[in-house]
Amino acid sequence: MLRWLIGGGREPQGLAEKSPLQTIGEEQTQNPYTELLVLKAHHDIVRYLVQLDDSRFASAGDDGTVVVWNAQTGEKLLELNGHTQKITAIITLPCLETCEEKNQLILTASADRTVIEWDCGTGRQVQKVSCFQSTVKCLAVIQRLDVWLSGGNDLCVWNRKLDLLCQTSHLSDTGITALIEIPKNCVVAAVGKELIIFRLVAATEGSLGWDILEVKRLLDHQDNILSLVNVNDVSFVSGSHVGELIVWDTLGWTVQACERNFWDPSPQLDAQREIKLCQKPNDVSIHHLTWDEENVFVAVGRGLYVYNLPMKRVIACQKAAHDSSVLHVAKLPNRQVISCSEDGSVRIWELREKQQLSVEPAPTGFFNMWGFGRVNKQASHPAKKQQENATSCSLELIGDLIGHSSSVEMFLYFEDHGLVTCSADHLIILWKNGERESGLRSLKLFQKLEENGDLYLSV
Amino acid sequence: MISAPDVVAFTKEDEYEEEPYNEPALPEEYSVPLFPFASQGANPWSKLSGAKFSRDFILISEFSEQVGPQPLLTIPNDTKVFGNFDLNYFSLRIMSVDYQASFVGHPPGSAYPKLNFVEDSKVVLGDSKEGAFAYVHHLTLYDLEARGFVRPFCMAYISADQHKIMQQFQELSAEFSKASECLKTGNRKAFAGELEKKLKDLDYTRTVLHTETEIQKKANDKGFYSSQAIEKANELASVEKSIIEHQDLLRQIRSYPHRKLRGSSLCPRESEHIQDPPSQAATTSDPEESADTDHYACRPSYTPKLIKAKSTKCFDKKLKTLEELCDTEYFTQTLAQLRHIEHMFRGDLCYLLTSQIDRALLKQQHITSFLFEDLVEVSDRLAEKQESTVSKPHHYRPPSESPEDCLVPQVLISVGSYKSSVESVLIKMEQDLGDEASREAAVMESSSFDPQENLDYLEMDMKGSVSSGESIEVLGTEKPTSVLSKSESQSSLTVPLSPQVVRSKAVSHRTISGDSIEVLSTCPSEALIPDDFKASYPSAINEEESYAEGSQGAIHFQAGISPPEAGEAEEGSSGLALLQTDASCCIGREAGALLVPLSTPGHTLSDEDGVVSVPPQRYRQKDQGFHVDFSVENASPSSRDNSCEGFPAYELDPSHLLTSLDGSKTSLDDHSDATSYGSSVASTSSDRTPSSMPPAGPSSERHKKRAGQNALKFIRQYPFAHPAIYSLLSGRTLVVLGEEEAMVRKLVTALSIFVPGYGRHGKPVKHWLSSPLHITDFQKWKLIGLQRVASPASASALHALSRYSRYTSILDLDRKTLRCPLYRGTLVPRLADHRTHIRRGSTYFLHVQSMLAQLCAKAFLYTFCHHLHLPAHGGEAPELAASRQASFLQLTLGLVHEDVKVVRYLAELLRLHYTQERRGTSQPALRFDYVPSFLYKI
Repeated sequence: MLRWLIGGGREPQGLAEKSPLQTIGEEQTQNPYTELLVLKAHHDIVRYLVQLDDSRFASAGDDGTVVVWNAQTGEKLLELNGHTQKITAIITLPCLETCEEKNQLILTASADRTVIEWDCGTGRQVQKVSCFQSTVKCLAVIQRLDVWLSGGNDLCVWNRKLDLLCQTSHLSDTGITALIEIPKNCVVAAVGKELIIFRLVAATEGSLGWDILEVKRLLDHQDNILSLVNVNDVSFVSGSHVGELIVWDTLGWTVQACERNFWDPSPQLDAQREIKLCQKPNDVSIHHLTWDEENVFVAVGRGLYVYNLPMKRVIACQKAAHDSSVLHVAKLPNRQVISCSEDGSVRIWELREKQQLSVEPAPTGFFNMWGFGRVNKQASHPAKKQQENATSCSLELIGDLIGHSSSVEMFLYFEDHGLVTCSADHLIILWKNGERESGLRSLKLFQKLEENGDLYLSV
Repeated sequence: MISAPDVVAFTKEDEYEEEPYNEPALPEEYSVPLFPFASQGANPWSKLSGAKFSRDFILISEFSEQVGPQPLLTIPNDTKVFGNFDLNYFSLRIMSVDYQASFVGHPPGSAYPKLNFVEDSKVVLGDSKEGAFAYVHHLTLYDLEARGFVRPFCMAYISADQHKIMQQFQELSAEFSKASECLKTGNRKAFAGELEKKLKDLDYTRTVLHTETEIQKKANDKGFYSSQAIEKANELASVEKSIIEHQDLLRQIRSYPHRKLRGSSLCPRESEHIQDPPSQAATTSDPEESADTDHYACRPSYTPKLIKAKSTKCFDKKLKTLEELCDTEYFTQTLAQLRHIEHMFRGDLCYLLTSQIDRALLKQQHITSFLFEDLVEVSDRLAEKQESTVSKPHHYRPPSESPEDCLVPQVLISVGSYKSSVESVLIKMEQDLGDEASREAAVMESSSFDPQENLDYLEMDMKGSVSSGESIEVLGTEKPTSVLSKSESQSSLTVPLSPQVVRSKAVSHRTISGDSIEVLSTCPSEALIPDDFKASYPSAINEEESYAEGSQGAIHFQAGISPPEAGEAEEGSSGLALLQTDASCCIGREAGALLVPLSTPGHTLSDEDGVVSVPPQRYRQKDQGFHVDFSVENASPSSRDNSCEGFPAYELDPSHLLTSLDGSKTSLDDHSDATSYGSSVASTSSDRTPSSMPPAGPSSERHKKRAGQNALKFIRQYPFAHPAIYSLLSGRTLVVLGEEEAMVRKLVTALSIFVPGYGRHGKPVKHWLSSPLHITDFQKWKLIGLQRVASPASASALHALSRYSRYTSILDLDRKTLRCPLYRGTLVPRLADHRTHIRRGSTYFLHVQSMLAQLCAKAFLYTFCHHLHLPAHGGEAPELAASRQASFLQLTLGLVHEDVKVVRYLAELLRLHYTQERRGTSQPALRFDYVPSFLYKI
């Protein structure tokens, strides 16, 4: 009974035994977040956070409300009430250059089959669209064309005034799960296992108006596509429920070479397959992807992988980064990677270059059971891989943030204010660098002293 | 009635204060007589034992023109309090010291009766036979039916402790003045109403008479008047005259507040307030007219009746009671104020003084005091500031003058008083010593006022003072200071300070000491303040104190007289008490004198007097606690001004007096002063029964004591008390885990004395919690008592505890273990030494408070040293500032290891507190460190 007392570990023992979860003690010298502020406004799971500007962000969740916060003070600025059901998507609508008012507009979609445009400066509900046949599950803005798209069971194109410009026919009952913009006025929609590419035809003098045409269907994924990101001008990445990560060419919409089953670094396919079969599919589903200039950071099940685009292979991984599914990953400018998970923790990793081959952790975690068609291709590489390993990296745990009592859904990083996490425990926590905050408070103190004229009085 | 009044020089004692203690010869000391009251369980140190009443009370008496002095009521109105104390006898005593002239009527040179706006006099007197000492506040109320329209009353605060009266003189005076002013305002209102009625009657009578005359005229056209007609005409004429007289009186009574008002541009509130009573102020511009119009308008219900023309003075009538003399609302308010006074001065003197000192000191560290001080006090302070200045009884909305309003007039009035006091001093001087010099001085002084004074007022004042000299010699009147011109006042100051004067007073005191009545000090009747004086009113407050005026004067005086006094002190045992009093005054005064002046605004001291310059400055307030009694320092207007602001009325609130007994904030110097003073007082002062302790005190006092006791027990019992206390001080939440609620609560209460507060919301302590902990709990609370349940439900609680273990230290009461970070500092061992010799809980509590105050001071320094936190120049690296901070903490403040964290945490709270706006204060962010924890076992 005294075990928890002596243990000192913050993770439940049972979980720790299940897999070699990397843990870090209570001493975390590199963890800058030594101050936290609990923000409480929601009454249900908080799922989305969106940054409005340098010091504000909005949160939205299953209670249907959107709350605007000050990221510095944690002050609740506005509460936007309009949706009757949970919010399914939120996106900021960039201001027009011509637009005088600086007020940030956001669009929220809800399970009540409405989309509302909000003014985050005033909290005003600017406009509301409620003619949807299905729940809008994703939103995308194409700034170049000054339109936005909503994806539900079909794909609709709207202009800024919330006029419906055009829409596709019914695509699928599962609906569009992800939507990204790619060059040449095209968008990619993830519908089930397929990626569908649509081309938008803008209204010109001669034409009848806007139109949206289906251009191509990409059928390479074996399972539902969970994540889709636009990495750079030439490629976008999609990840599926069974752990497939495919890098696509944005122009030709073709699969770029060698990306499908890169998860299997080991040549012993049969053994891998058996292991694979034992695994629950959830363990390899790709929940979230993020990227920087050359790497894609992939949340695969409980693990965290770094895929190098130029090298087209995984350069670092933590196959048991968390106790349960990693829900969100972000790369910070300072080579830090942050991940949050259903286990309620947030972990901070640092991507370190490794010099010695021997120390490299073998990324043997999982394997694509459908991928052995390309085994030969993989198998031809081992020798080359050995050399490349010399420059590979590792993810080092430098700190964890324990605060939420339930799954951490998402987080948002502010350069100046720290980290905001939202969770299924209805809370939002603002994690701050205690030292910097202390310095700021000190400055504020002397500022106030000076304002009061007390600073130089005694001189 | 007073055969040989014993007049005591109202002087300050010299440095020879210990003389009286040595007085008994050595052999006698070995034969200590049994304490006569020992069998009753009385406190042998109590001086009260001689008195016939059990505790202090307030007595209101009247010098009735029909039956002489008589007691009217006591507060508290409980016969147990004054027991078999002879109120009638004492009333006679106190009323006989009245200095007021109360001369009204037709003064020569005036066509109409004049109302004398006499100001209150304040006298301290003692009755050694009765064992009673009293602060006596005389006042006059107007009564149309009374002789000269005035009824003399007095309010007396009666205590068995002479020191208390003497040393709390100022407070008593201020508080009683409030009550008096309130009563008088109500009385003026009632009097005006009375006059209006009377005028109506007269008017009606005139109409009736007029009609009758007309009828008679018509009846006989013979051209001559019957004797009856002539009689009627005479009657009519006298009614006319009476009307004019009464109108004049009405004008006078109504112009009273107005006159005051002119001088009090200081206080805009008063003006608005004065306008308030609709029947009064609004009509002052044209009294005659208003008298007519007004009373019809205001009191339509009154039906005038025919009155006899000569009925102006009616001696057969039953005199009005005090209630009838005063507007009901004001009367209730006055009683409330008196009860407030009684409450406020309850308890032992040393207790009062200590709490005054404490409060004064606490006020100085208002920036840090939220951390560890009682929140009640801190918040009280704000509340009280408003509350006691604004009227206490809120239900007297309508025309009531709030005490605040009363306060200002009272102050103004007392300025005027010194004028009359000058006169009385003059008289006394002649009697006592015939000292040419002093007489000249007095003359000079009074002449110095004249130019400024309105002749009218002067006239009244003269009246007041003339009558005062008859029955009693008063030496201890206030000395004259010219408030108007500094130079004049200073030159005049020197005179009363001459040693001879003092000596002679002392002598007279000694020789008459056998008598039971001693007039210890008086504040002669005060006259209405001329407007010009208003600016300087503050100084007037202090007039009462002694005749050594002004701060500089007082000190000078003291030096001058000490030799003779020292010699005489051994004789005359009755002088002993006085000497002691004075001695304590000296301490306070000296403490005051040592203070470095911050500034000397508007008051330059003349060096020619060879006077120790005591600058009037804010620092004063600090020691005012010691010698609030007759604090001489305030004499200069500027300093009084300061203290007016600095010593808000809350100070005088009883709850205040009662709650604070932690004298821990005293700096070293002050501390020694305070203790020495306190001890001297304690040895002589009365603490007769525990019940005389203030009622509010015990609860919080007991609470502190118990907390201290339990904390002491914790420290002795648990070897790991230090890291636990460190956790609390550094803001890491300490969870006290246990099955037994009482035990957990007890320990939580004990440990809560170490928990720094956030601000206005009380200490972040949760005594008992049975639900699983949440992250918000750590943000909200820094000390939590957590229930350990045997059921499986507790598993989740414990799981949460282990999950959040980085934010908490866990003290397991059942297993006697502690899991928390390492502590290696030196601070906590001093704070919580398990080998401490402190045995009593309250003592330990005070020890902790003083240690924490010291800690707060460090945190304050660290927080507010701006070179530590701001970059020296624009391009400076932040690391440099950080290293400056570190070296400051380590080298300057002498903090090692984890102590640094404590100070940093407190500094953080200070910053937050200081920068926070008044508006809704959010909880501070939860700060934590990533440091390993260790498990401690017994």
